[in-house]
Amino acid sequence: MLVSLNWLKNYVDISSNTPEDLAEKISKAGIEVDGIAYIAAESSGVVVGHVESCEQHPNADKLNLCQVDVGNEQLQIICGAPNVRQGQKVAVAKPGAVLPNNFKIKKVKLRGVESNGMICSLQELGIDEKYVPKDIAEGIFVFPDDVTVGESVEPLLNLNDAVLEFDLTPNRADALSMLGVAYETAAILDQEVHLPSETVHPGGGKTGDYVSVKVEAPELNPYYGAFIARDVEIKPSPMWMRNALMAAGIRPINNVVDITNYVLLEYGQPLHAFDYDRFGSDQVVTRRAEQNEKMTTLDGEQRTLSNENLVITNGKEPVALAGVMGGLHTEVNENTTTVLLEAAYFAPFAVRTTVKDTGLRSDSSTRFEKSVDPNRVERAGLRACHLLEKYAGATILADPVSFDELDRSETTVVIETDEINNRLGTAITTEDIGLILNRLQFLFEQDNDRFVVKVPTRRGDITIFEDMLEEVARIYGYDHLPYTLPKGSSQAGGLTKKQQLKREVKNYLQSTGLMETITYSLTDDAVINKLISPELRKKSPNPVQLSMPMSEDHQYLRLSILPELLKTLAYNRARKQTNIQYFELGNVFVTDETTLSTQPDEQLRLAGALTGLWVHHPWQQEKKQVDFYLIKGIIEGLFDLLNIPISFEQTKLPDMHPGRCATVSSGNRVIGFLGQVHPSLEKTMDINETYVFDIDMEAVLHGYTNTTGYKPIPKYPSVARDIAFIVDEEVNAGDLQETITAAGSPLVQDVQIFDVYKGENLPDGKKSIAYSLLYQDPEKTLKDDEVEQSYQKIVDTVNKKFNAYVRS
Amino acid sequence: MKEQLENIRQEALAKVSEAADLKELQDIKVTYLGKKGSLTSVLRGMGNLSKEERPVVGEIANNVREAITKEIDEKTDALEQAALEEKLENEALDVTLPGRPVQVGGAHLLTSIIEEIEDLFIGMGYEVREGPEVETDYFNFEALNLPKGHPARDMQDTFYITNELLLRTHTSPVQARTMQHYGGTQPVRMICPGKVYRRDTDDATHSHQFTQIEGLYVDKNVRMSDLKGTLDNFAKSMFGDDREIRLRPSFFPFTEPSVEMDISCKVCKGDGCSVCKHSGWIEILGGGMVHPNVLEMAGYDSEEYTGFAFGMGPERIAMLKYGIDDIRHFYTNDKRFITQYHHAKGGTL
Repeated sequence: MLVSLNWLKNYVDISSNTPEDLAEKISKAGIEVDGIAYIAAESSGVVVGHVESCEQHPNADKLNLCQVDVGNEQLQIICGAPNVRQGQKVAVAKPGAVLPNNFKIKKVKLRGVESNGMICSLQELGIDEKYVPKDIAEGIFVFPDDVTVGESVEPLLNLNDAVLEFDLTPNRADALSMLGVAYETAAILDQEVHLPSETVHPGGGKTGDYVSVKVEAPELNPYYGAFIARDVEIKPSPMWMRNALMAAGIRPINNVVDITNYVLLEYGQPLHAFDYDRFGSDQVVTRRAEQNEKMTTLDGEQRTLSNENLVITNGKEPVALAGVMGGLHTEVNENTTTVLLEAAYFAPFAVRTTVKDTGLRSDSSTRFEKSVDPNRVERAGLRACHLLEKYAGATILADPVSFDELDRSETTVVIETDEINNRLGTAITTEDIGLILNRLQFLFEQDNDRFVVKVPTRRGDITIFEDMLEEVARIYGYDHLPYTLPKGSSQAGGLTKKQQLKREVKNYLQSTGLMETITYSLTDDAVINKLISPELRKKSPNPVQLSMPMSEDHQYLRLSILPELLKTLAYNRARKQTNIQYFELGNVFVTDETTLSTQPDEQLRLAGALTGLWVHHPWQQEKKQVDFYLIKGIIEGLFDLLNIPISFEQTKLPDMHPGRCATVSSGNRVIGFLGQVHPSLEKTMDINETYVFDIDMEAVLHGYTNTTGYKPIPKYPSVARDIAFIVDEEVNAGDLQETITAAGSPLVQDVQIFDVYKGENLPDGKKSIAYSLLYQDPEKTLKDDEVEQSYQKIVDTVNKKFNAYVRS
Repeated sequence: MKEQLENIRQEALAKVSEAADLKELQDIKVTYLGKKGSLTSVLRGMGNLSKEERPVVGEIANNVREAITKEIDEKTDALEQAALEEKLENEALDVTLPGRPVQVGGAHLLTSIIEEIEDLFIGMGYEVREGPEVETDYFNFEALNLPKGHPARDMQDTFYITNELLLRTHTSPVQARTMQHYGGTQPVRMICPGKVYRRDTDDATHSHQFTQIEGLYVDKNVRMSDLKGTLDNFAKSMFGDDREIRLRPSFFPFTEPSVEMDISCKVCKGDGCSVCKHSGWIEILGGGMVHPNVLEMAGYDSEEYTGFAFGMGPERIAMLKYGIDDIRHFYTNDKRFITQYHHAKGGTL
């Protein structure tokens, strides 16, 4: 809503406020002012001039040489506008004047002839092109005769106006009208509201002789008022009205259309003017449209209607889509002499349905959708008649015809001083509450501290105590509320076990050098089925899909974090960022349903994607690429930290490198996987060699406990021994280690691989794996023969099981 | 004999002083003090001396031995020291060469901001609760006083999955869920962060996915001034003790009265500048007193219980705090962006 302050001044005294002050006060009272636009703050030195003579420029066909009287002097001005004529009163920028965009007017010579100023168009004076009436868009602006030569054009053309741009919340439909804004401003400034005149002087017969009104669907149309204006002279509306409309963002057209628009903005009540002679009958019938009924709207489009839409008809065919748009054939035009004016109340849901069905949204529908003030419908019709009389020379027929089942009753809300103060934490007096209600112009009956408030129908948003509480609070001023803290008993806040786990996992991964990311949960068709952990794929055969996605890129809820994470790698690679180590913690959406009937299971997962250099220290020749064992180490470290034993098993998964992929299991349960992305997928996704992991954090949460107890630090010295086995190449290091650990128990406390070797000095098909063993007895110092015995047992066991022998 | 000893002393000391390395010193030691050394052989001849002379010569001999030993030891130390110094000199590094880089990870900026807010409210006795991202129409809208057909539903364009299931458009359904959990009889103090989704085309200021964090406090006798005090505490802890807040009336279907909270501009301290669009204030969050319909639907008697709720957007806070001009940065995860916030504390807002 654009609020012209020059317009608002007609109803409420705002003179003691600058536009900025007023905007601030209105914002603080609840309607956010988004901005202030000045129509032409920058122009000065422009006055009314009288064109004394107008001849063709001696040296230029398209230029006119004008002598213009500007009051105290006569100026010779060269003007190129096609519509300049002798005898016109025009806007003259004198030498020294400054127009918008800092355009300074100077004396110049044009084709050898002196020009001392400029005759201006509205655009040149700063009026936005799109609001300038079409008939004068191509030339200079010409004033009506009653303006005085020499006077400043600023007030005449409303150039001194400031326009507040309101960002209205949906509840404040009352402020979609200048009167509503006037009530609001008056309450804030503690001023009176001066209402406009609705006086008409009926004559020339009775309305009922011209038209009848029949409403067939009163639930959609509880009030329909018809007014007849005869002998209408179609011409431009008065300058003040055109100025007001342009300031409010509406292009003036002609007096009748301008008047309906003006009243729409003034009262918040949309009106519609039909050309009576082309209406096609003498009866207005409103009804639900028939299924698939067709009509052509003002914009020339043919619309197919349904039973949910309300139409205005002439008894035979639709002439308007109620509350949304008029029909093409009954529009007021330059030949119109009799106007049938509609002032009606259309049910919000009916208009909303029509807007939704047709996609048409207008200043009218916006207001009907939010409900207009039932007490202002008929008055708006009268106000328009008053203006038609005055500015279109119309005769208004007596006794307007109407259908009326409209509920105009006011809501009552009871408030009490104590209750207000208990809820706000304030100490407002009963007297002050009364004053606030007066400022809002809400009528009330008072019984000591108790007010029975009659809420005016223009404020349809106020229905319960809390609504009145807000009214009192906002006029009292939110700034005046005290600062307090709740008095209730205190309780310990905190994180749940799952939230603690999330933080611990994040901290760990960050400490290993990984950056956290957040990617989109919605992904596309091409990748939705990629890189899903094997245990999850079984549980969720179908991804969850949006019913009406906005784009193909975001239409499925992810089953794996990895695809979108890999996209960020591609995004970075395209920007020459090739060393990336990222992780993400987030939900995936699991369901076994094909068509969703209940919410999917949202499971927390941890994913990581690493590519490029992990260590890069060029001048000391240190360079390490991310590899399988790096991500494995990170995952091992994580589970070590969480004190959850896990195991890895070689596996083949779709989308993963067939030889570089393992499942991660806790006990017998697979809880994720890790490895290298399949090189063909890497290629499709435009990424380099990339290693990923994907872990089910719900399973981790299940096994996660806080550390308890204490393991004593050994008091006796340990003994270290190394041992290297030569085994067949197929033997897994993991299996071998397991055997060593078991055979060395209980004295062997730790087994670490320190070398894996294939090649020279070894037979074909063999490899050597070397281990460091750590012996420790918590109870006493170990003796050499104990260590030796255990060592031999390991050698024998491994030899038997793997046909391995000790490398010497 | 005395003369002999004196000669040995002078000779030995001269050699020691000329010695250039440790080996020479060792040789000198052997030549004079060793078993076959000259001093030793002189002492062997002591048996020929008279009883009276013996202790005198013995003392001289000891003096000579001590003098030579001392000289050799000192010279040894000096040479060793010189050798060490030379060695260390040769070990000198160019300290201006770059160090071995340590890979530093970090949290996503939004996580940092969310956790900071969580911790603040945990300190005030709030619990952290989370809810599903796929919500029912009931919890996302109806339980929040937004029945079907309510015009305010237009404020939030929704991704629907079915008629009844949707991607939550705000974290507010967690309010309704939490109140339901506490069954209308216990006070509620909670903060809920999470992802939310709206039908927006991604551009510099819109994202179809973003985050919210909101708080809820329900108890007997909760007043609007409690909301103001709580938000003031929050703003001062989060942004600095010198910051002021102001509340403006607003509208949300699930609160009445509703507020928007501004914080005084750090740059101009309220005078108006380009950061705050010349208003002196920056909009941070929305909130209000829980609407009685919302309390009732969750099982709380709105005559007995009142409460307040508030919600904010971590993206907006981050954008204001760090001057970030494009919301898409949070989700494209450009390395050059996210590594700027390894430890996102501080910054101005």
